[in-house]
Amino acid sequence: MNQKRALFAIKTILWVSALSPGVYLVSSLLRGSLGVNPVEKLTLWTGMTALVLLLCSLAITPIRRISGWNLLIKLRRPLGLFAFFYASAHFVIWFAFYNIFDFGYMWADILERRFITAGMAALFVMLPLALTSTRWAIRKLGKRWSVLHRGAYLAGILGVLHYFWLVKADTRLPSLFAVVLIGLLGFRAALQSQVLQPGKRQRGRH
Amino acid sequence: MIIRRKPDIASSEITPERTYLNRRHFVKKAAAAGVLGTALGPRALQGKTTLQELHPRFSSMTSEMDEPLNSYEEITTYNNFYEFGTRKSDPAENSGAFRPRPWKVEIGGMVNKPGQYELDDLLSGITMEDRVYRLRCVEAWSMVIPWYGFPLSALINKVEPQPGAKYIEMKTIVRPEEMTHQRFPILDWPYIEGLRMDEAMHPLTILATGLYGADLPNQNGAPLRLVVPWKYGFKGVKSIQSIRFVEEMPINTWQVQNSHEYGFFANVNPNVSHPRWSQARETRLPGFRKDFDTMMFNGYTDQVQHLYAGMDLARWK
Repeated sequence: MNQKRALFAIKTILWVSALSPGVYLVSSLLRGSLGVNPVEKLTLWTGMTALVLLLCSLAITPIRRISGWNLLIKLRRPLGLFAFFYASAHFVIWFAFYNIFDFGYMWADILERRFITAGMAALFVMLPLALTSTRWAIRKLGKRWSVLHRGAYLAGILGVLHYFWLVKADTRLPSLFAVVLIGLLGFRAALQSQVLQPGKRQRGRH
Repeated sequence: MIIRRKPDIASSEITPERTYLNRRHFVKKAAAAGVLGTALGPRALQGKTTLQELHPRFSSMTSEMDEPLNSYEEITTYNNFYEFGTRKSDPAENSGAFRPRPWKVEIGGMVNKPGQYELDDLLSGITMEDRVYRLRCVEAWSMVIPWYGFPLSALINKVEPQPGAKYIEMKTIVRPEEMTHQRFPILDWPYIEGLRMDEAMHPLTILATGLYGADLPNQNGAPLRLVVPWKYGFKGVKSIQSIRFVEEMPINTWQVQNSHEYGFFANVNPNVSHPRWSQARETRLPGFRKDFDTMMFNGYTDQVQHLYAGMDLARWK
């Protein structure tokens, strides 16, 4: 019962915090309070939210292992899906306003600018992960599912690179993201090197 | 041509053009009388009108330009001035403590009249005028801004450069106690920009002391900034403290930061792509879509192309 209540509480917190940037952006846009260049703000904040949520989803396993609070695993899928949702919105805004729905412009951008190449790659890595996040897909794919979903780390790396390469001069924030990501990758590598992986069973069943 | 979004304020709140012009006239008079206070803040100046209506005497210089001016609020709340922070809203929010007066400008290098000049002494005898220019940022957005200032050539003639001076180098003041982000090594402070002497002497090149007929706000580079309308906005060094006449091409700040991406000339050129932004199109703010075709030399080709005759503009970025 306590378990159930705790799950309800953390899920509520997750949904509220993951939805609030979107609600804030849409309502600000409608009120016209996004400043002189609303598209720039929409782009920045959808991208930032996607990256934060993606790193949060990668942080679930380390936090769970350290704290022993296994319930947290229930947050991983919604965090990943919300990250994908914001990344998709980020892409659509960019395609609609910067490339004015022109595929030629879009291709040129993807090929010529490495930060866009990295961002597009991140989205492409996330797409199959989002599509295979259903219970059915997890059952169907079995062991291959875990292997496939390690792609989340690749998406994280590409996402941080995308941000790092985008920034012109002030690299403080992308550097912070990079440090967090390296920490998460380091933890993952440490886990991988252990013979026993006590969390594996729960993850397989989830 | 340009499709503009309707402003999000009630039409009753928009100053009618006629009233605006009268007010503007008043602002100029008031400024002359030295009584322009904060009461006449951004709200009073928030008019929007077209170049021809507001500036008939400049219509010959930019006769092809019938583009609406950006509002005072747009021009003063969306700025790249990294000394006050790297977000566009930072300069307006963080520059309140900056004191643009009293102000001294150091004139140095190969010049007959070097020295530390009080700004007012330096400007005495120079005629101020309005200049409406497009401002094209290297980040692929643009605005139309009614500057108030004077041709840089007037100042140059006053201090008498020597024949050996081939370039002019200008620096922003360093005041980390007031310019909060100079405390961080975001860029290699002080901000440095430069021009070739013929570019500096060109009649379109101005030093601005104001916009919309009133004093330059801190976030726009008070009390003195460079405006070179056919170059990307980052050439417009703000809060100028030093002007030097030199023989060698100065290395400007963004070139120091990233020489692959930024060069010395930085002429607006839709045909030369930039690693971060395609320069073929721009977003004319406050618009949403990057659908405004960027013009060679930002639309000032007839006036400036002779400066670069025979130069490979893809190489001399």
